Amino acid sequence: MKRFTAMMMVLGLIAAVPAMASPASDTLLAQYKSEGASKPDASKGKKDWTREEVVDGEKMSCATCHGSDFSKSGKHHRTGKVIEPMSPKVNAERLTDVKKIEKWFKRNCKDAWGRECTAQEKADFLTFLLAQ
Amino acid sequence: MHNKMKSMILLAALLGATGAAQAEESVWTWLGSIWRQNEVNAVSNAAWQEECGSCHFAYQPGLLPTQSWDKLLDAKALEDHFGENAELDADTLKEVQAFAQENAADKSWYKRARKIAKATENGEAPLRITEVRYIKRKHNEIPEKMIKGNKDVKSLSYCDACHTQAKKGVFDEDTVRIPNYPDWED
Repeated sequence: MKRFTAMMMVLGLIAAVPAMASPASDTLLAQYKSEGASKPDASKGKKDWTREEVVDGEKMSCATCHGSDFSKSGKHHRTGKVIEPMSPKVNAERLTDVKKIEKWFKRNCKDAWGRECTAQEKADFLTFLLAQ
Repeated sequence: MHNKMKSMILLAALLGATGAAQAEESVWTWLGSIWRQNEVNAVSNAAWQEECGSCHFAYQPGLLPTQSWDKLLDAKALEDHFGENAELDADTLKEVQAFAQENAADKSWYKRARKIAKATENGEAPLRITEVRYIKRKHNEIPEKMIKGNKDVKSLSYCDACHTQAKKGVFDEDTVRIPNYPDWED
């Protein structure tokens, strides 16, 4: 019985780890923490994903281009260029490159919200997306 | 004596030519291409393909002159790239700038690039490829309904919507397929 409990605990621990954590996301989550972010909150990331701001007269959120179905590809709001799915389960390359993740956070936060995202917001987004 | 001298000179000339050709690999790429009569140099730089191509068609450097690329690929200018943030880190920016400067229309051997260079040599360098006189003129005859009014094209900016070989830098009429207008012929 004791053994069973231990096994369940191990299983529980495994389940608690975000499904698609990668060395890149580990590095970045540690970095955001060092920049002052507290515990990442995936539900906040989910809420922020569709939070709209008006930038240059246009209502923008992450979902404007990426959509909200992470298994499907999105479309750039201006150029129409196809954006590969955000889900790491569907798109194995997604969220595996530190430089890329940071580059797009920087660009896209400015495009969608008119400012850079805070370390906390990025940690929330990353944790939310890793679980998709 | 005379003959020996001649052959020496010939040999030296040959060696010189090979040396120059090795340094200018692009010349051989150009010569080897069956499109050499008309087209623009294809993108041969991974950073360019990745950085430009992740948001829009990766327009070849040969589609604009150096002066235009200098204006577009400036660190400050990229923060507002036609309304989008397209910032690059310093190293990537340098690589992309160098690729543009080496292959811009006015540096290119390709015939279509040369025409673009000629069309832009006077006056202010354009920021948009669609503002190049030569390119405008080439599209003049196409009715608006086939581009702007065509839901699968929408704008002249989407080269590859109709130019099926655009990725290879090939823009000749034979390779054009206008979506929803299968019968169109120049």
